[in-house]
Amino acid sequence: MRVALFITCLVDVMRPEIAESSVKLLESAGCTVEVPMSQTCCGQPGFNSGDTATARDLARKFLAEFEHFEYVVTPSGSCGGMIRHHYPRLFADDPDLLNRIDALAARTWELTAFLHDVLKLRALPGRFCGEVTYHDSCSGLRELGVQAQPRALLALNPEIRLTEMKDARACCGFGGTFSVKYGNISSAIVDEKIERIHASGAPCVVLGDLGCMLNIEGRLRRTGDTTTRVLHVAQVLAGDVPAQEA
Amino acid sequence: MQVQSMHFKARSGQKLADVRLQQNLKILSQRWTVGRTQAIAELDDFEGTRDEAVARRNRALANLDVWLERFEQAASARGTKVLWAETPEEASRLVVEIARRHGVRKVTKSKSMVSEEMALNRHFEAAGVQVVETDLGEYILQINDNEPPSHIVAPVVHKSKDEVSDLFARVHQRPRLTDIPQMTREAREFLRPHFLSADMGVSGGNFIIAETGSVAVFTNEGNEGLCTVLPPKVHVAVTGIEKVLPTLEDLATVARLLPRSATGQSISNYFSILTGPRAPGEQDGPEHMYVVLVDGGRTGLLGGEFQDMLRCIRCGACMNHCPVYQKIGGHTYGWVYPGPMGSVLTPAYQGIEKALDLPQAATMCGECHVVCPMKIPLPDLLRKLRERQLDRGLRPWRERAGLALWGFAAHRPALYRPLTRMASRVLRWIGGDAGRIRSLPMSAGWSEFRDMPAPTGPTFKERWARRPR
Repeated sequence: MRVALFITCLVDVMRPEIAESSVKLLESAGCTVEVPMSQTCCGQPGFNSGDTATARDLARKFLAEFEHFEYVVTPSGSCGGMIRHHYPRLFADDPDLLNRIDALAARTWELTAFLHDVLKLRALPGRFCGEVTYHDSCSGLRELGVQAQPRALLALNPEIRLTEMKDARACCGFGGTFSVKYGNISSAIVDEKIERIHASGAPCVVLGDLGCMLNIEGRLRRTGDTTTRVLHVAQVLAGDVPAQEA
Repeated sequence: MQVQSMHFKARSGQKLADVRLQQNLKILSQRWTVGRTQAIAELDDFEGTRDEAVARRNRALANLDVWLERFEQAASARGTKVLWAETPEEASRLVVEIARRHGVRKVTKSKSMVSEEMALNRHFEAAGVQVVETDLGEYILQINDNEPPSHIVAPVVHKSKDEVSDLFARVHQRPRLTDIPQMTREAREFLRPHFLSADMGVSGGNFIIAETGSVAVFTNEGNEGLCTVLPPKVHVAVTGIEKVLPTLEDLATVARLLPRSATGQSISNYFSILTGPRAPGEQDGPEHMYVVLVDGGRTGLLGGEFQDMLRCIRCGACMNHCPVYQKIGGHTYGWVYPGPMGSVLTPAYQGIEKALDLPQAATMCGECHVVCPMKIPLPDLLRKLRERQLDRGLRPWRERAGLALWGFAAHRPALYRPLTRMASRVLRWIGGDAGRIRSLPMSAGWSEFRDMPAPTGPTFKERWARRPR
């Protein structure tokens, strides 16, 4: 199965190891992974800021780069949501393009949904041992319905103990540019999320979107918590988690 | 009511620092989200009921003019006078005029958010008419120097019991009480004489029913009946023109969702269908009944990309579940309607330029859309407002420049790749051994509150290009 990886702009720059873990997971399941090197961004920052024209242009670029693949997989619920959920609405007035966008959107998957729903993964390629709690990222959860899949995949490894936090589905307060424009409100929201992560007792929070990851980790570190780990679900499933520094 | 939404940023800072408010909001969000979850679980087919209610509301809005005229005919046939107001101010003038015509000196008022749009109490006072709010929450706000409500269903939710105890002791000049039933009894003692001596009662209208010419009102305290049916000569209901439902059947469907979504009740304690003044031989009801229907910007939404918003039944579920509302409370939004629905309605009714922060101050988490019984796509509507702000040049130049630069680079892979490589290197260098950046001059809103974790190594594309094949 020929699968294209949509890295996402944040993973490419901020946490490239997440893309490596994604490739490892896909290859372990027998996929041939390709990475179109001209890919940049799905257009979400512009789309959510009201710049629909640029979002449409980037959607066309994405279509040209990925249309010839059987599947497109991305380690992000919000970028996956942008492509699957929002791209088709951007072209409601252009029936020809809409048909092609619809077809590509249907073949584009968030990583855990693809591993679970399409590949029906039964075994994980790496080892990770410990207790974790899972934060549901908003777009993945509400636009794509990603909720059971990451948990089912984590359960494939008997050495992972998942302890649910209260209100795992509550927003972490990131919201893209919201986190910069209204940093004080955003940090008040993430403080509540952190409270719940701590209350779960798990030393590690696992999630599926870079925005939440940077927001939660950034606030943890700023408030003096240097030990609670923030990991992408791909890293945990692939067993690519470096030993904790002392 | 004057729009104060331009002070959003300053107010949100104050509200975040208000420890007591933060505790009160936490209690609210917990109680009401749990309440709704339990209440909708009672319905055999919540989703089916919701789809049906949405379809019925859409049917009403698709031919709004027809249903409104039908309502007017049916209401007139039962002796109700229907008056039309293009603006909230005009509606206030009409209501004050009704009071003058009937020689009214005192008005009791049941809860109505449209009357907040109209600033009705101020108009009554200017005309020398005494007005008494009789909903407990609204009463508390009125005796606290006419404080505005902070929630459309629970107007005083920002206050704790202790704050109300202090207020009652000060205003009522009685010993301070701390037991809620006793406090409620005290408020009733103060309100009862007003009910008995009022000449006119004003209520809102959750819905108006075209086939019968009725006004439907959902309440929990029984004060509405005392305002509208029992003693007064005159009852005036004020509501928005979008609240029309063609039939009682429609009302029955929507009634299954409204209290459940709002307060987590299967049905509110009181549910009145008011049809016309007291007819000969009838035991109760007012001598005169009026319905004042307010446009106030609503027709401007018809047939446009914001029409979905007119389905709103004012349950408040969107704000109860909103992570932003839960942190800053209702007053920060600066007009009558707070939370996600208010962030659409305020710019839509009052002018997009008067409420620039509201559509931006949302995380787009989508929970409001998930819980809305009318399936209003609130995040999409907020995004459309952001689009209009940008199109009309209402965003700051730095934001526009940033977007333009990002768009330019994201289109040009040959430029984008070296840029991201460089960005990764620079950020890693700033991050140092700790791998954390403490200050981002271009994004101070982030770094004032959070570190920025630095990149963990060269970009994935660099690594992939080096991967042996």
